[in-house]
Amino acid sequence: MLRKNWWKILSVFFLLYTFTAGFLGGVPEKPILNETIRNLYFHVAMWMVLMIFLIISLVYSLKYLRHNRPADDICAVEFARAGVVFGLLGLITGSVWARYTWGDYWSNDPKQIGAAIALLIYLAYFVLRNSLTDPDKSARISAVYNVFAFAMLFPTLWIIPRLVESLHPGGMGNPAFNTKDIDSRMRMIFYFGAIPGWALLGGWICSLRIRIQLLSQLNQESNV
Amino acid sequence: MISIRHIITLFKKDVLLEFRQQYSFYGVLLYVASTIFVLYLAMGQPENTVWNGLFWMMQLFICVNAVAKSFLQESRGRQLYFYSVCNPVHFMVAKMIFNAVLMLLMSMVSLMLFRLFLGSPISHPLLFIGISCFGAVSISLVFSFLAAIAARAQQNAALMAILGFPLIIPELMLLMRMSNIAFSDVFQSGLMSIVFLLFCFDIMVLVLSVILFPFLWKD
Repeated sequence: MLRKNWWKILSVFFLLYTFTAGFLGGVPEKPILNETIRNLYFHVAMWMVLMIFLIISLVYSLKYLRHNRPADDICAVEFARAGVVFGLLGLITGSVWARYTWGDYWSNDPKQIGAAIALLIYLAYFVLRNSLTDPDKSARISAVYNVFAFAMLFPTLWIIPRLVESLHPGGMGNPAFNTKDIDSRMRMIFYFGAIPGWALLGGWICSLRIRIQLLSQLNQESNV
Repeated sequence: MISIRHIITLFKKDVLLEFRQQYSFYGVLLYVASTIFVLYLAMGQPENTVWNGLFWMMQLFICVNAVAKSFLQESRGRQLYFYSVCNPVHFMVAKMIFNAVLMLLMSMVSLMLFRLFLGSPISHPLLFIGISCFGAVSISLVFSFLAAIAARAQQNAALMAILGFPLIIPELMLLMRMSNIAFSDVFQSGLMSIVFLLFCFDIMVLVLSVILFPFLWKD
């Protein structure tokens, strides 16, 4: 499955569609937002991909705790890594957007704080992994932390932003974006271009990294 | 029934150790007192928001110190002994209860010292005491589990701070919002929803610790 080519081609196709239709296609004219609404295809999609990848990472951590297979641990950490990269990109695209709509790159909005916390939690996960030298122990303890961290992160990103006032589109309802702001043209590009495109690209990156890790592990074993 | 008896026995063991050694209690007490005194020297009597912020930061640092000590002081040999004689779930629950009680005590002491040194700007003292008890228990539950992870990683309290601070921010944010209600003269709505949310948080942490601790335990 991982070595098949069709989904990689599909990913490139989706992203080409996102970039061309995203920049050239029509968007509803909203005050303040204006053309910046196109950031939906990049910023919002990247956070969706982060969420998807963190869930995949969680599932692999649970699998590791059940079956103790080192490959599961490698998958968990690589998906978390790719997720954090997408989260960073999402944070950057978000603050560039905020510069033009809210007037500043960083304005201590609850959503920005939530995003920063999410990244810090997963950076701590990598620190924890590196602090343990025994590979088996490191895998088990970091899997436990991954499960715990995800459970703590979920309310941070999905419940608390609904309770506090925020400038972020979607205000008190949906934390990601205001579903009333976008029309059917945008919805088409968002759900059938941006999200699958970025997710498949991330999956591609992950699959390469996982294969490298598995090979280097094999290499180590054969050297011993 | 048996499991409750086991938990009570383990809890008694922790309390007894504490009474015999008197190490973490007085150590943390001195830590609290000297930090609050330094705060007093540094800023006298601060205004409400600063008072509130300082109070919760103080709770955070007390918790890192107190809870870390209770887990990290167990030597390897002793841990092996516990491993052979008791159930990991009982062990974890007993530790959590002990840490919650220790933290409750500490937060009451620090609240008293805060009132003594940094003034008392609270308009609903009883409400604030309730909130700080609730907060102390919530924070101690999260840090109990993180201390268990850090103890497995054979690291000092530094690793616990790295793991714990990002995870605790949402809870601290909720607690600060809650305690802001106790500061204002006008009673605001929205208290119950935050209490409910924090309560759910606590239950979740408890359930997760009970499920995940056995994985940390086996070595």
